[in-house]
Amino acid sequence: MTDAGTGAATLLAVEGLEARHGLLPAVRGVSLAVAEGERLALVGANGAGKTTLLRAIAGAHPVTAGAIRFAGADVTRLPAHRRVGLGIALVPEGRRLFPDMTVVENLLVAGRHGRPGPWTVDAVLDAFPLLRPLRHRRAAALSGGEQQATAIGRALMTNPRLLLLDEVSLGLAPRAVDAVYESLAHLAGATVILVEQDLGRGLAIADRVVCLLEGRIVLEGAAAALSREQVTEAYFGLVPRAP
Amino acid sequence: MIWVSVVIQGVLLGAVYALFACGLSLMFGVMRIINLAHGDIAVVGAYLVWVVATRAGVSPFVAMVAVVPVMLVAGYGLHLALLRRSLAGGPLVPLLTTFGLAIVIQNVLQQVFSPDVRSLGAAAGRVTTASWRLTGELAISWFGIATLAMAVLLLGGLALFLRHTGLGREMRATAQDPDAAQLVGIDARAVYARATAVAVATAALAGAFLAIRSTFEPTSGPTQLIFAFEAVVIGGTGSLWGTLVGGIILGIAQTVGGHIDPQYSLLGGHLVFLAVLASPRSKTLAARTSRP
Repeated sequence: MTDAGTGAATLLAVEGLEARHGLLPAVRGVSLAVAEGERLALVGANGAGKTTLLRAIAGAHPVTAGAIRFAGADVTRLPAHRRVGLGIALVPEGRRLFPDMTVVENLLVAGRHGRPGPWTVDAVLDAFPLLRPLRHRRAAALSGGEQQATAIGRALMTNPRLLLLDEVSLGLAPRAVDAVYESLAHLAGATVILVEQDLGRGLAIADRVVCLLEGRIVLEGAAAALSREQVTEAYFGLVPRAP
Repeated sequence: MIWVSVVIQGVLLGAVYALFACGLSLMFGVMRIINLAHGDIAVVGAYLVWVVATRAGVSPFVAMVAVVPVMLVAGYGLHLALLRRSLAGGPLVPLLTTFGLAIVIQNVLQQVFSPDVRSLGAAAGRVTTASWRLTGELAISWFGIATLAMAVLLLGGLALFLRHTGLGREMRATAQDPDAAQLVGIDARAVYARATAVAVATAALAGAFLAIRSTFEPTSGPTQLIFAFEAVVIGGTGSLWGTLVGGIILGIAQTVGGHIDPQYSLLGGHLVFLAVLASPRSKTLAARTSRP
């Protein structure tokens, strides 16, 4: 399997995916493919279905229709904890650390069921030097930026092939956001799907941008080829919808 | 000197309550399930030990070694068969399920073993009657010390297990955020089943110790459940060390109350329980922390 655009192997293929919150459809027939090593930014207004799509890919949200293929295997019915073993890791919105466990414990607990790989507690502490002096502090006692770094480190501990980042800058001070994005730059070669409210950040870090509106893809293209205005219009639904 | 003796007897009595409370505390800490059948499961453990001890003609302590693995498996099965489905139905369903389970267990035990009152004390031999006489008024029974040692080993061991092992960290992570736990590869259902298995096995041990210390019958469970519940609340929910301390405080309150007037024994325990519930600093059931 190869992706027509880049020639790299397709790592994740989502086909006609539907997911609901109760009776409310949140993701409506989304199809997308992510190549190995690609960075995809998901943008869209609140309620566009970005978080639900990420959680469905991670297995944390039930799928009502469609299929998710990862590294060639159908994982649509696989529970979230099994997908971690295959190499899908989600950094959830709001960080969701284990509040009464220390930074190191948060990392260790994630290292048990992932894939074998280069990420260890020491490697994470090297990648996020700000965590080293705080490593025995309870997660609940950390600042937002420190928590976010821990949450990303926790996901890395599973040695993922695909890293899903949900709103990593939400609720953080601008300097903390800078630090988090700087550390993301270290993850060269990693396949990433990131949800970002901040268009500028999303466009800067991603190879490709997918814009969601009311659960559907309304715009898709290489980040370099899209202007801010085009994305903004799609974001607010100002352009005629793509078929 | 008599008060020293009263307090020491209270500590030893409290060790039994701490043993009972251990599994209750663990299940509440990990799954937020209050297992209303906990006392009855302990009584099942006592009967199993009694059956093994009388049929095989061995000491109850040897019988316990055989019963504990059986109860581990039974606990795992109990979770998969009943509690897992109940948990999916919301926080109140496990209460109803375990309440129903308690009634079923009591009636089955009455049917199988008759309502006769039994004790394992005689079968346990000299350990139940022997004691160290320190002074004229002060004597410490061997079995009391054995119970206290068991409670410290069990609760302390479990607390250390939760803090320092991979499986223990998984249990704490799942207790704190089951949704985030599955996102780091933890199978929450397996963790819950393991916690139930451990809780049921410790309940069986507690039941056997009660049966050696005093008497048991098919309907002994609910009283022990109340004491265990009080121990958990007094010690602060979600903390196993707290549960050990809570059980001992409850035991002391009962013996001190009982020394003032034999009628005040249970009252003393209940008053301490109420005082803890009413105190503004108490970590009551509403507190969602779980620091073992």
